[in-house]
Amino acid sequence: MMRLPPFRWHAPKDLAEVVRILAGEGPAARVVAGGTDLFPNMKRRHQKASTLVGLAGVEGFSGVTSTPEGDVVIGAGTTLRALERDAAAARLAPALVEAVATISTPVLRNMGTIGGNVCLDTRCNYYNQTWEWRRAIDFCMKCDGTTCWVAPSSPRCWAVNSSDGVPALIALGARARLVGPDDEREVPVGDLFRDDGIEYLAKRPDEVLASLIVPAQGDAVSTYRKVRRRGAFDFPVAGVAVRLRRDGDRVAEVAIVVNGVGSSPIRCTAAEELLVGEVPDADRIAAAAAAAWKPARPLDNTDHEHSWRKRMVRVETKRALEALTA
Amino acid sequence: MSAADASKGDAPRTPEAEGLAEQLREGYRLIGRSPVKVDGPAKVTGATRFADDLSLPRMLHAKLLRSHVAHARLVRIDTSAAEALPGVVAVLTGEALPTSFGILPVSQDEHALCRDKVRFVGDPVAAVAAVDEETAFEALSHIRVEYEPLDPVFEPAEAIKNEIEPIHDYGDDGNVHKRVSMEFGNVAAALDESDLLLDHEFFYEGNTHLPMEQHATLAWQEPDGRITIWSSTQTPHYLHRATSKVLGLSPSRVRIIACPNGGGFGGKSDPFNHEIVVAELARRTNRPVKICLTREEVFYCHRGRHPVHMRATMGFRKDGRITGLHFRTLLDGGAYGSYGVASTYYTGALQTVTYEIPAYRFDGVRTFTNKPPCGPKRGHGTPQPRFALEIQMDRAAEALGIDPADLRLMQLQPAHGITANWLRIGSMGLGPCIEKVVEGSGWREKRGKLPRGRGIGLACSSYICGAGLPIYWNAMPHSGVTLKLDRGGGVAVFCGETDIGQGSDTVLATCVAEILGVDLTDIRVTAADTDLTPVDLGSYSSRVTLMVGNAAIQAAERAREIVARTAGKTLGVPGNRLRFAEGRVFDVQDPDRGITFSEAVSQAEAEHGTIATAGSYTPPPTPGRYRGAGVGPSPAYSYSAAVVEVDVDEETGVVTVDKVWIAHDIGQSINEMLVIGQVEGSVYMGLGEALMEEMTYRPNRFGVHKIPSLLDYKSPTTKEMPEVVTYLVTDPDPNGPFGAKEVGQGPLLPMMPAIANAVYDAVGVRVDMTPITPERVLKALEREDRRCAPKPLPDLRIEDTVRIKTLAEGGDGTSPRTGRPTKESTAP
Amino acid sequence: MTVASEDGARPTADDPRRKAHVILRVNGEDHEVAFLPHKTLLEVLREDMGLTGTKHGCELGECGTCTVLVDGEPQLSCLLLGLQSVGRDIETVEGMAGADGLHPLQQAFAELGAAQCGYCTPGFLLTAEALLRNDPQPSRERIVEELSGNLCRCTGYLKIYEAVEQAAAARTAPGAGR
Ligand SMILES: Cc1cc2nc3c(=O)[nH]c(=O)nc-3n(C[C@H](O)[C@H](O)[C@H](O)COP(=O)(O)OP(=O)(O)OC[C@H]3O[C@@H](n4cnc5c(N)ncnc54)[C@H](O)[C@@H]3O)c2cc1C
Ligand code: SF4
Ligand code: FES
Ligand code: FES
Repeated sequence: MMRLPPFRWHAPKDLAEVVRILAGEGPAARVVAGGTDLFPNMKRRHQKASTLVGLAGVEGFSGVTSTPEGDVVIGAGTTLRALERDAAAARLAPALVEAVATISTPVLRNMGTIGGNVCLDTRCNYYNQTWEWRRAIDFCMKCDGTTCWVAPSSPRCWAVNSSDGVPALIALGARARLVGPDDEREVPVGDLFRDDGIEYLAKRPDEVLASLIVPAQGDAVSTYRKVRRRGAFDFPVAGVAVRLRRDGDRVAEVAIVVNGVGSSPIRCTAAEELLVGEVPDADRIAAAAAAAWKPARPLDNTDHEHSWRKRMVRVETKRALEALTA
Repeated sequence: MSAADASKGDAPRTPEAEGLAEQLREGYRLIGRSPVKVDGPAKVTGATRFADDLSLPRMLHAKLLRSHVAHARLVRIDTSAAEALPGVVAVLTGEALPTSFGILPVSQDEHALCRDKVRFVGDPVAAVAAVDEETAFEALSHIRVEYEPLDPVFEPAEAIKNEIEPIHDYGDDGNVHKRVSMEFGNVAAALDESDLLLDHEFFYEGNTHLPMEQHATLAWQEPDGRITIWSSTQTPHYLHRATSKVLGLSPSRVRIIACPNGGGFGGKSDPFNHEIVVAELARRTNRPVKICLTREEVFYCHRGRHPVHMRATMGFRKDGRITGLHFRTLLDGGAYGSYGVASTYYTGALQTVTYEIPAYRFDGVRTFTNKPPCGPKRGHGTPQPRFALEIQMDRAAEALGIDPADLRLMQLQPAHGITANWLRIGSMGLGPCIEKVVEGSGWREKRGKLPRGRGIGLACSSYICGAGLPIYWNAMPHSGVTLKLDRGGGVAVFCGETDIGQGSDTVLATCVAEILGVDLTDIRVTAADTDLTPVDLGSYSSRVTLMVGNAAIQAAERAREIVARTAGKTLGVPGNRLRFAEGRVFDVQDPDRGITFSEAVSQAEAEHGTIATAGSYTPPPTPGRYRGAGVGPSPAYSYSAAVVEVDVDEETGVVTVDKVWIAHDIGQSINEMLVIGQVEGSVYMGLGEALMEEMTYRPNRFGVHKIPSLLDYKSPTTKEMPEVVTYLVTDPDPNGPFGAKEVGQGPLLPMMPAIANAVYDAVGVRVDMTPITPERVLKALEREDRRCAPKPLPDLRIEDTVRIKTLAEGGDGTSPRTGRPTKESTAP
Repeated sequence: MTVASEDGARPTADDPRRKAHVILRVNGEDHEVAFLPHKTLLEVLREDMGLTGTKHGCELGECGTCTVLVDGEPQLSCLLLGLQSVGRDIETVEGMAGADGLHPLQQAFAELGAAQCGYCTPGFLLTAEALLRNDPQPSRERIVEELSGNLCRCTGYLKIYEAVEQAAAARTAPGAGR
């Protein structure tokens, strides 16, 4: 039986208390929401914590509300299932709900939260392994070792941001509300990520993600396309979220965000520029898809061949654009 | 056997036996129907106790320290720090268990814990027993092991060159574990005369059983010093032998109880190191000791499908008839022998049983590599060659302008015939199988006519119903059943068989209940306990229904005979008029004249004393007597045909299987629901092998298993499972119990080639490798030859081919070289 | 002894090496149990309460074998702490059959051969039970979707779908017991 290592357990009722514990205990303390990412990682001994602070009981931490203007506010502790079933979210933030519905399995979505999905550890099949397995490869840079086996001469880790929710949130222009011991701030979700497999989050360890705000989408449409081996369980080996607003038959605004092919989600600005102000005909879409394909840099550390994954970015971007402009 | 004889109408010995024969002729009460499995209620309530569900007072928990290097000499192991850890009760290293073991007598190459060498990442070197699993786990990190690294080898093409220190000090040469070459008829001449010669290479990837239950074992030393082991094993008998051997105990002092297996598929058919280790730990600590492997460790146990590199050179005449086949295989055996010698032969044995192949040559080589050992997985050694053969049939059909279904139908191996390699076929229902799936799927309207991107493919297969010869040389029965009739009407059935989910407890009970005319709920099965139950060799090679069924029939017949004689006297009815049905014994001409089964048993017990009978089964002798003839013969062969319809996305390469039509020649269903369940389960497993499952390693990092987890090793989910239409072809086989043949493995075999052939029909590319991944489909679509094929097969260095005359050539089944049967090939 | 916070439903544990003493509500009955804070519900059920009907295939959230119902929703007991389960309603396979016999889903699984080796069965039964409580007449598509988090290596799932459909029909049939 794979078992958790021992830890102290706290289950506070309010966020202030959570933040106080985190600030007091330093990096040895971690929050856990659904535990569907942290617990497997701790069982394999590649994420560590001597104190865990459970978020499930924090009051006001979960739930979806929408404003009359059409903003959707999602508590970080909202389970993926609750979000998936929320009628207002489905109407106001379709790409997000589509993305969330593709995460792993229904039973896992009953547990996993959107906050945990945003903060999800980066993944790599040299890393998501037991301690004994990692010892056999002499560990790697991300945990207990020094070399990156995916790119041995590289000074950095290339573990993959594998969240389905994140690209959708970024494409929809969502903001994240972070609560720290001394302050509270709101940042665009895109600004939460760094292109580094180890330091993948641009937030302080004592900051808790409290909620996500998806702004009103007006008449923009959005969708998410995921590439994976099986129809359930599997993380994306590539994912594309697209939000698009048209003015007549031309594209007025577009956001294309690709994930699963790098350590951070990738905003495909070159592809977007090719579309804005243009009629999205087949040629335009093909050109944009080709441009989206360029910045994708998958390496051989997930399921599927990396060259195929890169190729799929193009196919799926094209298909997403076709679906939204059909 | 004798009931089958009786049902055929052969001259029965007694009036009572005649009565049974008539009873069975009048129609079955249970056979072929679908009552609830005898263990069904326990399974749906969570009451079934799998091995890890067991616990005993003062039980310790064991963990294994496994090698983190692929190939090395063991220099030193220091366990002192682990021993000093509070809560640790015992630490064991290979020194403690010097005797080797292994499933085959010719490959006794395993040790419970490695002694001189480690041979793959995951090979166990030490074991700890502690008060709880966490302490045992922690203790592992306190064991210091010093290794002297040796060069590893991961690819058979490399291994065959013999450039590194051999992984074992036995085998045919260097890292070649086994090399086989035999020829039946003149293949070169036959191929020369062909109008069409196909010569292609194939690669079938290794994959694993992945039972949902992780292997677990509990061992206990009884106060009198005997050892009892409860384990998730498919082969308690072989575990009994191996444990006794390694522990140096008389088998009479070792008791193996196989728990119901939470899935096996061949993965629990070897005696395993962890099973022997906990037995030794229980002995040393005088406390019960349990181990439950983690999912990762289950990948290290493996014994799954051998990766096989193949070359199929096949000739055809213009009219479609096969002239000859030269089949070459190179198997990647992994680090130990396991069933590998048999697996090697199996990659060549069953090519001949579906279509008539007048001349046949087979060259096979198994190499050792520094990876988890391969062994028998559902279909043992036959899915790989079947994949190649059925794709060649598809190619030939196209080249010759013949419908692939017709190409097969025109040259079916005749029933009750003898193949070029001396296998005796019994009933043969492949023709009706093909016709059913062709008709059901609309094959003739669809093939070559579906819109681009959609395709339909056909493939066929055959499988053995138990091996004709036992694993170790002996002349004893392969299966035994004992029965005890209770005065209250209950029937206790004892048999060494192991239910791994396939329903063998139910098959056993059904055979007995049919003959004694009682209800399934009147039967109490005690299975797989080496102290209580007669030997059955185990749940492998699709042998259980046929062999256990026949033994059960014999035991039940004997019991019926005793009861009938007394009942006939008390009722004043001649034995041939007695019927056993609905829990009664009565006169068929005057059904009111009868007594309850329990009264009949009581009267018989008064007359004869305690009523207990035994039955056993030994397969018939095999016609082939050449060296190597031991693999392939079977009392009967099952047949399957499948048609699949697929969708191929040409932009992504993704293949989706939409629907499967599959027909299986079952001989006679014992329980139809179980038969269909095995067919559907086989389709599922075949789907995984065809499209996504693979055992892959990282040669750049010491050959670690790349993906030893349920997330990364891809087993199809509900989302991948297509609709399946199952047809059963009934054609009772004279050797089968009530005519029954196997179904556990055969229906898996046609899936992979049928999918490959359907992909070809959809987009015109040949993917001659498994799994048929999107990457490979795209590669083939982009290549000029529209094909995805493996690198060329290396020279197998065959120096000596055994030539055996076929029946048509006037042969007698022996190899001319010896002219007499060898010990290995003598049939019991 | 470590334990429970003010409201009893949200225990904390300051000493990782000391057992927490709590009450778990399992199959409608309260049980007093003591276990270490890092123990999962799976371990507590199987090892501390003897409820071995809940199985495990990976302990990492990758197979669904360990599924139980928590407040009526399927949850993976291998990824839920025993402490997180306090104050919640836990249902396991042992609680399904009543004095009047098998639950309709159990009955259907047994009758249709939806349990071969039976190892995945408890997880499937509970997932299906939650589905039928929410959607008494689910379509085949819905069944496929909702059961997609449970792996079965034996059946190919088809018999499982049929069993869920049969149980749904039995449950809604006039005069159905449950
Ligand atoms: C088998 C399997 C398959 C999966 N498949 C997918 C998939 O397809 N797509 C996908 O996107 N994910 C997948 N996941 C990952 C994961 O389950 C989900 O992303 C889930 O949403 C994580 O949420 P959680 O609440 O369970 O996270 P937790 O495990 O509780 O937390 C994850 C991380 O975020 C931190 N954290 C959690 N909440 C907060 C917060 N509010 N503020 C600050 N930090 C926080 C935790 O400390 C931890 O480091 C899969 C997981 C498994 C086990
Ligand atoms: S990308 Fe490199 S450093 Fe990062 S987890 Fe993978 S192997 Fe380790
Ligand atoms: S045991 Fe596999 S998901 Fe819990
Ligand atoms: S019945 Fe065996 S795993 Fe499902």
